[in-house]
Amino acid sequence: MTPTGHAGADRTPWLVAPAALFMLLFFVYPFLYGLWLSFAPKEGGMLANYAKFFSDTRLWPTIFTTLKLALPATLINVGIALPIAYRMRIKTKRQKWITTALVVPITLGTVLVAEGMLTYFGPRGWLAQVLQFLHLYDGPIRLTHNFWGVLISLVISGFPFAFLLLLSYVTGIDPVLGRAAATLGAGPWAQFRNVYLPLLIPGIAMCFCLAFVQAYSVFPSAVLLGAPAGPTRVISIAAYEAAFEQYDYSLASAIAMMMGLVQLVIVAAVLGIRRLVYRGPVTGGKG
Amino acid sequence: MSSDFKELRLDNVTRRFAHADGRTMAALDGLTLTIPRGEFVALLGPSGCGKSTALNCIAGLLPLSDGAIWLDDTRLDTRPPEARGFGMVFQNYALFPHMTVRRNIAFGLKMRGVSAAEQAARVEAAVKLVQLQGHEDKLPGQLSGGQQQRVAIARAIVVEPPLVLMDEPLSNLDAKLRLEMRAEIRRIHRNLGRSTIYVTHDQDEALSLADRIVVMKDGSVRQVAPPADVYAQPADLDVARFMGYRNELAGTLHDATGVVRTGSLTFNGTSKGKLATGAPVRIALRPDDLVVGDGPNAFAATVDGIEYGGRESLVDVVTADGARLHVRTPVAVRIGESVRVSVPPTRTLIYAA
Repeated sequence: MTPTGHAGADRTPWLVAPAALFMLLFFVYPFLYGLWLSFAPKEGGMLANYAKFFSDTRLWPTIFTTLKLALPATLINVGIALPIAYRMRIKTKRQKWITTALVVPITLGTVLVAEGMLTYFGPRGWLAQVLQFLHLYDGPIRLTHNFWGVLISLVISGFPFAFLLLLSYVTGIDPVLGRAAATLGAGPWAQFRNVYLPLLIPGIAMCFCLAFVQAYSVFPSAVLLGAPAGPTRVISIAAYEAAFEQYDYSLASAIAMMMGLVQLVIVAAVLGIRRLVYRGPVTGGKG
Repeated sequence: MSSDFKELRLDNVTRRFAHADGRTMAALDGLTLTIPRGEFVALLGPSGCGKSTALNCIAGLLPLSDGAIWLDDTRLDTRPPEARGFGMVFQNYALFPHMTVRRNIAFGLKMRGVSAAEQAARVEAAVKLVQLQGHEDKLPGQLSGGQQQRVAIARAIVVEPPLVLMDEPLSNLDAKLRLEMRAEIRRIHRNLGRSTIYVTHDQDEALSLADRIVVMKDGSVRQVAPPADVYAQPADLDVARFMGYRNELAGTLHDATGVVRTGSLTFNGTSKGKLATGAPVRIALRPDDLVVGDGPNAFAATVDGIEYGGRESLVDVVTADGARLHVRTPVAVRIGESVRVSVPPTRTLIYAA
């Protein structure tokens, strides 16, 4: 129905026009342009960039270098965020403070986190000094400029994100369900296992996907905290080098497309698994 | 925990909340009640009276501030809810949305480690009891409100708890279904032979279901009595108001035998509680007890409003003093008509003002 009187024509679809235009200009067009660019190499046939990517040992292994960082980081983030979010599901004053404290890292940039980590986790950083002072660990501590530095950074910056997302899923589940399970003889663990977890799986899957996509495109911390020439030469570094050191935008586009493809494959796999479980309302009835 | 219990005792069960400003308020103040096996008890009161708090305390979902809960010689209030073994039916049913009807009902049995074969047999019996055959493999979202309610009841009773707690289980159903489920709940209670505590704010529900009604207000118990007594002899003015004594007249007790002067009228009534001559009192009258026509305590009044209601109409009359009274009567009257209204002294209840 059109309240303004024009019989027949429903003009409400026009309300999405600004958003659609924005998407077209800032997402669809650049993406299609990049896709086209990746098939228009500096030299060789259409697929020359992709052929190069899969034959160059400085390029194709970055897929797995990045997976080796992004998958553990995502698993750790979701794995730690889930029990904490579950504990925080009942709102109290204290828990509001804890939630705030946990979320603070999201407001710090990756670079700021990296700076802090360099002084804290470095070979002469506070952590090493305290451990050595207490004689808890006397060997050399190397937590920066390697794989571990990047992983820790991904956890620090990715955790608040996973936590906030899971918290909203957990608090969306009607707490009466847990109480109902309790009156039927389910202890705290059985309540989680039988009631909360099955209802949370779709949310966990979604959270995993978003956290993974974020981690897979890691760039600044891989450069600042990692060993960008070797163990943490992630796919975004390869793309960066192609674009801004070799000025081969076409190859860089192909690498970016490969990056997107890997993310897509993982997301599709996780969401495919999600289709197999219950997805529906998470409240216990009407009213 | 055995089903051969004798009685459940609530001993001074109290629940206090701390306000932000440091004051404490009792949401439930000293509920003491003994429920023998097989009894159906209704906790009745307006919202905020503490009846749901009482139920949650018994279930173990809220800790007690004071008092104790005993099942024969076993103290239960120190146990977490999962170790009390009561069945509970929640207001919004609280069915597990990801489990089929069968798995919902079997949940309590599974938690108790009952064998799969016995689970199947007992679930089948419970499904039959609540008449849900053919719906076992549906999800709660595919059921109507009434069917969901039956699943909730089946889930609570399949473990054969000594006590079933029901928190306004019919409040989300439409009027017709509510009447059907009411009869159903009564039937299931009789079949089980265990005890039921039923929380409601609906007096009709409490009167029709319960063996005994506990009327509550502001966290404390006002009257514990069988339905007929609560209906006909409310213990105090608040209970009377809640039980549908819609007419009140302020007056003075003229004679300890129960004579009250109110304005230009004099009523012979029945004193509830000890009242001194000359004390300010209030007369409570149920619309059904007032009669259009001459009789005891008769007075003149003018018809001021009529609500047609089938066999009987609800008629508003105004007395010579200007007091407005509601009368339920089968007598046909017209607006503006002068009538005589009377009421038996036994149905003229006198309370302290």
